[in-house]
Amino acid sequence: MTTVNPSTPTSATPPATPPAPAPAVQELPMAKALNLGLAKALADDPKVLLMGEDIGRLGGVFRVTEGLQAQFGADRVVDTPLAESGIIGTAIGLAMRGYRPVCEIQFDGFIWPGFDQITSQLAKLTNRGGGAFSMPVVIRVPYGGHIGAVEHHQESPEAYFAHTAGLRVVSPSTPNDAYWMMQEAIRSNDPVMFFEPKSRYWPKGPVDFTGSAAPLHASRVGRVGSDVTLLAHGAMVSVLMQAAEIADAEGISVEVIDLRSISPIDYGPIIDSVTKTGRLVVAQEASGFVSVGSEIAATVAERAFYSLQAPVLRVAGFDTPFPPAKLETVFLPDADRVMEAVDRVMAY
Amino acid sequence: MTDTPTVQFLSVEGEFAPTESAEEYRSYLDRLSDTELQQFYRQMAVVRRFDGEATNLQRQGQMALWVPSHGQEGAQVGSAYAARPQDHIFPSYREHAVGLVRGIDMLAIVELLRGNTHGGWDPADPTNGNFHGYCLVIGSHSLHATGYAMGLQRDGLVGTGDPEVDAAVLCYFGDGATSQGDVSEAFVFSASSQTPNVFFLQNNQWAISVPVSVQSRVPLYLRSRGFGVPSVQIDGNDVLASYAVTAKALDDARSGAGPQFIEALTYRIGAHTTSDDPTKYRENAEQEFWVKRDPIVRFEKYLRGLGEGDAFFDDVRTEADDFAADIRARTLVLEAPPIGTMFDHVYSEPHPVMTEQKLWLERYEASFQESFQEEQA
Repeated sequence: MTTVNPSTPTSATPPATPPAPAPAVQELPMAKALNLGLAKALADDPKVLLMGEDIGRLGGVFRVTEGLQAQFGADRVVDTPLAESGIIGTAIGLAMRGYRPVCEIQFDGFIWPGFDQITSQLAKLTNRGGGAFSMPVVIRVPYGGHIGAVEHHQESPEAYFAHTAGLRVVSPSTPNDAYWMMQEAIRSNDPVMFFEPKSRYWPKGPVDFTGSAAPLHASRVGRVGSDVTLLAHGAMVSVLMQAAEIADAEGISVEVIDLRSISPIDYGPIIDSVTKTGRLVVAQEASGFVSVGSEIAATVAERAFYSLQAPVLRVAGFDTPFPPAKLETVFLPDADRVMEAVDRVMAY
Repeated sequence: MTDTPTVQFLSVEGEFAPTESAEEYRSYLDRLSDTELQQFYRQMAVVRRFDGEATNLQRQGQMALWVPSHGQEGAQVGSAYAARPQDHIFPSYREHAVGLVRGIDMLAIVELLRGNTHGGWDPADPTNGNFHGYCLVIGSHSLHATGYAMGLQRDGLVGTGDPEVDAAVLCYFGDGATSQGDVSEAFVFSASSQTPNVFFLQNNQWAISVPVSVQSRVPLYLRSRGFGVPSVQIDGNDVLASYAVTAKALDDARSGAGPQFIEALTYRIGAHTTSDDPTKYRENAEQEFWVKRDPIVRFEKYLRGLGEGDAFFDDVRTEADDFAADIRARTLVLEAPPIGTMFDHVYSEPHPVMTEQKLWLERYEASFQESFQEEQA
């Protein structure tokens, strides 16, 4: 445990903003893009601090915060006691005092001890206070499967948080979005649940440091097509891109939308796309029952009913607990499961 | 840290008779002027009267619920007076007297329990004495208080030696809350970071219908010591003990000595809330035992012993009646908030769903107006 010296003022002199990385566009894994996004936020605003389990000297179990404690100090990158409610509850107090804490939850399945603080306190305090204060807290959650891990380490709990008013819920699918969305999330005056698709931590992709941040709630068209719209967030977006290649070979033109924001959902481009294609398949790793996909299916049916040529289909994890890792590839939708749904909607 | 419980200055009969454990806090009483002693009494009496009026208003249908503070005025007024203006207070939901001492408009508590708001007062408004919002989830706010104290540390407001600068956070909770994991985590985090926290437990003996013996097999003041948080047990119905011990604990916290814990032994004379019926689970004899230890009666005896006369007590009674009448008058004219306000502060930044649903509701409501007008036409 690295403690803050209680009698010494901290954060007195923020480090100078580092120059933009060169070259301007680099091929990086998402974990490194997140690391650079966090570093930028720490450098830009002395009120930003990171807190979590093992994020300091170790750099986090996924090394997303690697080197940041050495760079910014133990009072900016804080190894906390091992208690999720305590991490989030104290982050709330820090936010009340004007700080912008970024909390790391070590794994998706470990967030539940902090659920009450997130849903009953963090999400509601601005409303309870009649707008007297904001809750600029980011909660980073490595989530999802495909890493062969033990129970509680591969879950997709984003729908629980999307159901709670007062929270924003986002999930990047690319290193470039990870870099920019992290900074936007930290800049937001609202609490942001930042779901990091851990199976995408390591594949590299381009990060454009000269670009600018898209609005946090904006979706992104990942591929333009005309026959069917495929929609997902996080790691599932890359599965959709694989499916789109397969479909293309079969003569089916697929449009892929990356949600980026799960709450709120950027419905404009989704409705535009469905109006064009007439078919929608929503994919996710999470169980399908009462899920993000269910919500989108319902809303598209309400708003684009006369454009639809087929029912909106959901491709999701089964309504079981996440299985032992040897069965994860059966549980998690792959490109073939997506194509099964594409074939069904194309049959109409 | 003394192992001799319980710190008490005033005997049940209102005589100044400090226990041995009270001696180290005695110098804190020397600071108090006669006017301040009068003020202790005045605030306790006013809040007792306010509490009774609010209970009546609830019975008359003006509030869904009231949470009585009757019996706990000594613990609350003494500890609240010990806080300096720059200190921050994180109450639970029964700390009406603390709110009064810190200067909030007490109607705000009525508005909260009437269902007009979820909050009621702005803690960032300097006129509200850094009195943060009530927290209805038991114990959750102990972590907010800890995080806030971490912020004070980061802001360089702890251990400077300047009494006008150094600040602490005073957090109130009850005996039931000590069983909540969040309170244990608050002890862990505050001890780990040596934050300027004073945790003030009002052990009023009952968590709704469950006696404190179900929460703990050892005296609760011992609970924090395993976490490395020093503790003291006091007679919570002795306003002087509450003042002196809290003043020292806050001094220690402000100086950088880390978190402190106080267990104030008191009693909830009334019901948990107006929805509760304590006759189902408590014995009359127990209540009578505690009524004899009433903090206001005890302090009146003490002040009379010092020479205070009827004129002062009559004056306070009039002030309390006026205070209650003002609350009643303002309660009766409270109107429900405009319906659109439910969307206004869910987020701090613009949010498409809030905008859309607020607009939909406005149009929906307006549609009734239009059809009403059409019917009239």
